[in-house]
Amino acid sequence: MSLTNADVQKVARLARLAMTEAEIESARSQLSGIFDLIAEMQAVDTKGITPMSHAQDLSQRLREDKVTEADQRELFQSIAPQVEAGLYLVPQVIE
Amino acid sequence: MLNSSLQQLGSALRARKISSVELTQLYLDRITALNPALNAYVTTNTETSLAQSRAADVLLASGNAKPLTGIPIAQKDIFCAKGWRTTCGSKMLANFVAPYDAHVIEQFNNAGAVNLGKTNMDEFAMGSSNETSYFGVVKNPWDQNAVPGGSSGGAACAVAARLCAAATGTDTGGSIRQPAALCGISGIKPTYGTVSRYGMIAFASSLDQAGPMARSAEDLALLLNVMTGFDPRDSTSLQRDKEDYVRDLNKPLVGLRIGLPKEFFAVGLAQDVAGCVNAAIAEYKKLGATIVDISLPNSKLAVPVYYVLAPAEASSNLSRYDGVRYGYRAPEYSDLTEMYEKSRAQGFGEEVKRRIMIGTYVLSHGYYDAYYLQAQKIRRLIAQDFADAFKQCDVIMGPTSPSTAFNLGEKCDDPVQMYLSDIYTIAVNLAGLPGMSIPAGFGSNARPVGLQIIGNYFAEAQMLNVAYQYQQATDSHNRAPQNIGL
Amino acid sequence: MEWEIVIGLEVHTQLSTNSKIFSGASTTYGAEPNTQADAVSIALPGVLPVLNKGAVERAIKFGLAVGAHIAPRSVFARKNYFYPDLPKGYQISQFDLPVVGQGALTIQVEPLSGSGKPTSTSSGQAYEKVVRITRAHLEEDAGKSIHGITHIVTEDGNRITTENGDYLITEDSFPRENVSGIDLNRAGTPLLEIVSEPDMRSAVEAVAYAKTLHSLVRWIGICDGNMQEGSFRCDANVSVRRPGEPLGTRREIKNLNSFKFMQQAIDYEVQWQIDTLENGGKIHQATVLFDSDKCETRMMRSKEEAHDYRYFPDPDLLPLDITPAMLEQVRATLPESQQAKQMRYVKLGISGEDANILTASREMAEFFDATLASLLKKGVGTLITPETPSAEIYAARLSNWLIGEVSAQLNRDGLDMAQCPITPQQLGGILKRIADGTISNAGAKEVFRTTWVEQRNFDVQFTDVSAAFSVERVDAIIEAKGLKQVSDSGAIEKIVDEIIAANPAQVADYRSGKDKVFGFFVGLAMKASKGKANPAQLNDVLKKKLAG
Repeated sequence: MSLTNADVQKVARLARLAMTEAEIESARSQLSGIFDLIAEMQAVDTKGITPMSHAQDLSQRLREDKVTEADQRELFQSIAPQVEAGLYLVPQVIE
Repeated sequence: MLNSSLQQLGSALRARKISSVELTQLYLDRITALNPALNAYVTTNTETSLAQSRAADVLLASGNAKPLTGIPIAQKDIFCAKGWRTTCGSKMLANFVAPYDAHVIEQFNNAGAVNLGKTNMDEFAMGSSNETSYFGVVKNPWDQNAVPGGSSGGAACAVAARLCAAATGTDTGGSIRQPAALCGISGIKPTYGTVSRYGMIAFASSLDQAGPMARSAEDLALLLNVMTGFDPRDSTSLQRDKEDYVRDLNKPLVGLRIGLPKEFFAVGLAQDVAGCVNAAIAEYKKLGATIVDISLPNSKLAVPVYYVLAPAEASSNLSRYDGVRYGYRAPEYSDLTEMYEKSRAQGFGEEVKRRIMIGTYVLSHGYYDAYYLQAQKIRRLIAQDFADAFKQCDVIMGPTSPSTAFNLGEKCDDPVQMYLSDIYTIAVNLAGLPGMSIPAGFGSNARPVGLQIIGNYFAEAQMLNVAYQYQQATDSHNRAPQNIGL
Repeated sequence: MEWEIVIGLEVHTQLSTNSKIFSGASTTYGAEPNTQADAVSIALPGVLPVLNKGAVERAIKFGLAVGAHIAPRSVFARKNYFYPDLPKGYQISQFDLPVVGQGALTIQVEPLSGSGKPTSTSSGQAYEKVVRITRAHLEEDAGKSIHGITHIVTEDGNRITTENGDYLITEDSFPRENVSGIDLNRAGTPLLEIVSEPDMRSAVEAVAYAKTLHSLVRWIGICDGNMQEGSFRCDANVSVRRPGEPLGTRREIKNLNSFKFMQQAIDYEVQWQIDTLENGGKIHQATVLFDSDKCETRMMRSKEEAHDYRYFPDPDLLPLDITPAMLEQVRATLPESQQAKQMRYVKLGISGEDANILTASREMAEFFDATLASLLKKGVGTLITPETPSAEIYAARLSNWLIGEVSAQLNRDGLDMAQCPITPQQLGGILKRIADGTISNAGAKEVFRTTWVEQRNFDVQFTDVSAAFSVERVDAIIEAKGLKQVSDSGAIEKIVDEIIAANPAQVADYRSGKDKVFGFFVGLAMKASKGKANPAQLNDVLKKKLAG
């Protein structure tokens, strides 16, 4: 399968990865090779097969509705890139 | 001492023939001497390790020691350990000091084991050679021109080079078994859900599973006793009674039915690896096992299916690394989008970005059914193949890796060739089955060969028995690399 | 030519759980920023979600209340997008397999009085309408981005007020331009997103639906309904078409947090769409915000880029299986519906108007039910029907007391029904003592006020809690205050005999037909008994003796 540079650009944008023109070009050729490998599975007839999301067919366990977590803001924010007044700071969010 | 089993080390510690501080110091000294060349560890913390060993000595003196009390264990740098830098092999987390303990770390702490340090790994566990680590390549102690395998390459190297008594690893597509094979040690990936994933940095959540890496099956059993157990914080953790994995080690193998999938011995398998695997199987016959020829017809699709599902989950799991709450943030940006794009572009390495791109693509609008859904359907076919096979045999055997360790740099520029080095291990993760690798001699280049043993769900005790009996009858697991100061 | 307005609503209701949907962090509103953001809320590497049972139960409750199909198996999916208040880079939601399937809600549409624009009203008559509910699914809320700072409160110099509330700041360098602050306290709060079919044909219908839904979620106790705090947030999908034609292109108005704004926003949007089309323009699918100051809608800049959410089943969560047993357990906790209660009260002889007042809040209605059950010596939780003997006698009197005395006292003290200091048993005790003639109405009011004050201060007055709340306490107050009526017929006869003997002229007047004099005798007798004579009994005795 051959991807276009525009495909790669769109995916990079969705994944929030900055890429130069050269990087896009190199990613395109490598990804095309990988998608050739992946293409092997597309010929398989899977009509009627239930998709398998989990290794075991089990049900979700439910947690009792109890507060168990204490405030650890100081510890958690000690590793944050930029905080002030207890808030994580980011460049202006536009709605 | 460096070649002792965990059982022997535990006895020596409990008999006060050696203290945990002495043992820990011994390993720390070896790390100081050998790690600059091997690069197995990313982080050590002498003070913390020695403090833990002093506490263990108190416990040992009081007579309340558990089997692993005082034993120094190397932790893969994918497990969050409170107060320890936890990098996952990435620049993204190069300064991330974990504020909490993973379940696995808690279990070792509760057992009184000593955390000796954090081992090197492929970035976010994405790799088969440990060459994607931000912290540099790890050398194979058997031959420093060779890769150690990946992603748990640092752990495999540390065990083989006697830089720890034992280690932990994680396995998403072969990341315990393949480096174990390439470094001539033993490793087991248990049934999915047996070891809690809480605090283990996610790569592909439905495939990731932690397990021990050590020099023998007997050691693995002791380690598994500590690592496994139900954890309510992981929704996929299985609620099962605690097992003693040592219990069946001594069972005779007479009547054991070993399934050999023809697909594991087809084109692509190196001659020298095939020779070693066949020799091991011959040994099993001597131990009373019978051979059954089986087929896993869909296993050839495991690699393509895996390279849809694992990147899809990873692309989503790695979205949290955005430079907002922790981790790397680019120094310069003009707005929010640029902060995201630059932080992620600079914080992630090439292979991680490649997989995020694959995963983003296969989940995106218009491609989901053709890629993701199709892959999930074939995943079921692959699991069904194993279910059918286990009607005819007790365990499945084959090579762990198609070749012995390849040279550093050999497959770096060809991701597809790199991906194919996990061709025999990936199907096991897709099915959620337990799999292990044990040493089975050496290839033509004197690099180790691994024998893969695959069991049915929850058959870990049986697999360890099968491995242990082989190791009682043979000695390749006792061999040590040269030039590691023994 | 006519235009037809087509509206569908998506309502995000915050479920009233103690802890978050996937972690044990508190959901209390208004805490200092990020103090309720635990490891899961800030998405530390390695943390995992575990589903809150309380959230699932509330979703089931809603489904049962709107007669919806509850999915025996539903699935959580990841909705992937980047936003600073979305810490994982994905929201855990439900996509193709939601927990609640199709249901319906019946709404009463009142005609708009006064100033509504012509597009708002459907007709001048009140009418009933069934709005179909497409689905309702569980998901986690995002955090908050603090921006759009409006002013800095300068008194103490360290609080900022934003459109999202007050925040304590420690340095005066913040807020600064071009920066937003992220508070993840709300991240992970459970939401039930309730999606309607595009069944509404006017802003009035949309508001009626939203109000009915708002009332329902509070009634069944799954959401506190506090719109200022964002517990109940509406998005409206609005389009217009010529009658009989296919649906027009819709625009989605986000985050409508009051019914008034909903009405205004839809009115504006509809008019804008009609104007655009009539001027030969085209409507493009878009997401818009309502600016309540300018009273207009505007495009959201952040939504201009087409999204590709890349939904897929969350591998960290297993399918949610709801067993018939769990369904029945939840069904047993569903309260009698508001409509059913109103109808039952009317059957008990209460006026429709009073029944409405009594069922305006579930607390009031449940207080009524509990008091009536206590009066009739039925078990706690028994719903009384007219078949129960004496039910109607007590029901009317109780209704009057609740709407009158109790509500007035709550108002005076600035309390709501949930904080009512008097217990249903005590109020029942007071009413019982009126009925059995022990106390007069006036006496009852004094007992009531005394009990009220005691109960409000009961901490300082009683060491024995059970004594404080008991009916016996009512009797003790009657005793202590000397409010017991004289119902001893001998004593009353004695008083009456004395009065008759002392007032022969008035007796003669009465006997000659001047009935009005009767009141004179009642007054004297009451005075003689210090107000304690049982009025009914006194009447009987007087009538008998005066008749001669």
